Amino acid sequence: MNQVVQGLHLLPINYYLWFCTVLFIIGLIGVLIKRNALLLFMCIELMLNSINLLLAAFSVYHNNPSGQILVIFIMVVAAAEVAAGLAILVATYRNTSSVDINLLNQLKG
Amino acid sequence: MEKYLFFGLSVIAIFSAIMMLLSKKPVHSLLYLILCFFAIAGHYLMLNAQFLAVVHIIVYAGAIMVLFLFTLMLLNLNLSLEFDKPLIVKLAAVISGGLLLVALVGVLKGLDSGSAPVFANTQIGLAKNLGITLYNEYMLPFEIASILFLTAMVGAVMLVKTEK
Repeated sequence: MNQVVQGLHLLPINYYLWFCTVLFIIGLIGVLIKRNALLLFMCIELMLNSINLLLAAFSVYHNNPSGQILVIFIMVVAAAEVAAGLAILVATYRNTSSVDINLLNQLKG
Repeated sequence: MEKYLFFGLSVIAIFSAIMMLLSKKPVHSLLYLILCFFAIAGHYLMLNAQFLAVVHIIVYAGAIMVLFLFTLMLLNLNLSLEFDKPLIVKLAAVISGGLLLVALVGVLKGLDSGSAPVFANTQIGLAKNLGITLYNEYMLPFEIASILFLTAMVGAVMLVKTEK
């Protein structure tokens, strides 16, 4: 069990850098073009995940476990954020009967 | 061998991420996002970060996505929502995202590939080694994280409670 990936060698860190950059940009574009609040949360999760993968990759390449501990804490914060965010979403849905974020400008002075 | 695995998983992840943006119904977006998360878990396994791979599947595919599905089901949001941003805004968003991509590519291009495979099959991703680090060096953040969870739970219940 210690070696699930026996025989595989590590790829250069550039591969992970490219991949995570593309994933992050896709999440960013999603945040910019979507108006459904639920989909915005999903795109934020995607961005968080690309950063998590990059942190884990750097942690492995530097042989330092602190990066993977940081990934665990990011997951903790993401879970708490989603719980609170979806609660806010349900609360606003009761008032406006919609999850369109453009309706949420009532705090504007 | 590892290159094919990497590119296969990357293609699955990027394809499902793009399909998440393109699909009309929120449930389809959610299912594509779950597929993307499984591909990322495969990437964790390739790095021999076994604990992270398992936690990623349990937390994201198991907990967070079920939370999304429940919200979607409770609010009955699976109609393909007709509101959408105007085309010019979408175009501007894609162009600005592409510009950021170009900037990052320009930064990363100058990087030398480095001496990567020095210690293949590294052991730090195992639950034992991560646990030793977590409970020795990061004890205080760990406890604070539990308080954060408690706060989030109480806050979520408070927010959705109807006034009597």
